Amino acid sequence: MDGAAILERLRARLGSALIDTHTQHGDHTALVDRAALPAALSLCRDDADLGFDVLMDLTAVDYQKYPGREDGPRFEVVYHLYSLRWNHRVRIKVRVDEDDAVVPTAVPLWPIADWFEREVWDMFGVRFDGHPDLRRLLMYEEFVGHPLRKDYPINRRQPLIGPRI
Amino acid sequence: MGVGSFFTSRLDEAIGWARKYSIFQYPFVTACCGMEYMATACSHYDIDRFGAGLPRFSPRQADVLFVVGTISHKMAPVLKRIYDQMTEPKWVVAFGVCTCTGGFYDNYATVQGIDTIIPVDVYIPGCPPRPESVIDGLMKLQDKIATGTQRY
Repeated sequence: MDGAAILERLRARLGSALIDTHTQHGDHTALVDRAALPAALSLCRDDADLGFDVLMDLTAVDYQKYPGREDGPRFEVVYHLYSLRWNHRVRIKVRVDEDDAVVPTAVPLWPIADWFEREVWDMFGVRFDGHPDLRRLLMYEEFVGHPLRKDYPINRRQPLIGPRI
Repeated sequence: MGVGSFFTSRLDEAIGWARKYSIFQYPFVTACCGMEYMATACSHYDIDRFGAGLPRFSPRQADVLFVVGTISHKMAPVLKRIYDQMTEPKWVVAFGVCTCTGGFYDNYATVQGIDTIIPVDVYIPGCPPRPESVIDGLMKLQDKIATGTQRY
């Protein structure tokens, strides 16, 4: 399936839950509604013609200071999917607000999502509803805040053991 | 009286001479500087000339802690514990600019110089330092070992 056909299939199955699509440099992206995300991801994995059996990456973007996006939803969670069988790819995006930064988990679909989601929680503070063990992955438990948020001060220090005087 | 003090100072020098040629280092390697440490430790530069040819991979059997590479705040308690496990006499070498000052990692994750956690005897700057710099640092450490007060 080429990228346009993939997006067309998603549009046909998801209807109005598919908010937007775009294509750039041969990469195809679908922006879906958060409520429909589990259905969209299941469709991508289980539809025989789509067959996205690999979750290559799951990450997030903070658009807080992004030109033109200042008043939109702050975070975008991004899923990069790949099909070993068909050798095609698609990118799924979902937008969430800062006050309600929760996304349904993808762990039941792709077990690798476990650590990806822990990393996104650690770095961006986006929660994943239904995740079996949502702890920080890279930083330590005592760390306060989420360092990849755009409003995290670049010079803030949080030493685990204090500097020697 | 004079004979006694003369004798004590000579014993210090003798111990210093012995200690400076038996540097058993513990390489605490966390990052890319490790490659340069390995280059220095290989036969081409022959650091056995300085009695430092045998790294020990237990801090309890080591004299010098080589901190090689970036230390994150998460790693800091481990480094402190390794240092505490070493027996006296002990020295610390900060290998590379990350261990000296944090280098260009001025961010949320990185310790801004290991001397904020443990005492450091010799700083070897560079990103990474050339083996010549490392040997220079090693010789400065030897001077410090040989001329310092010896505890025994």
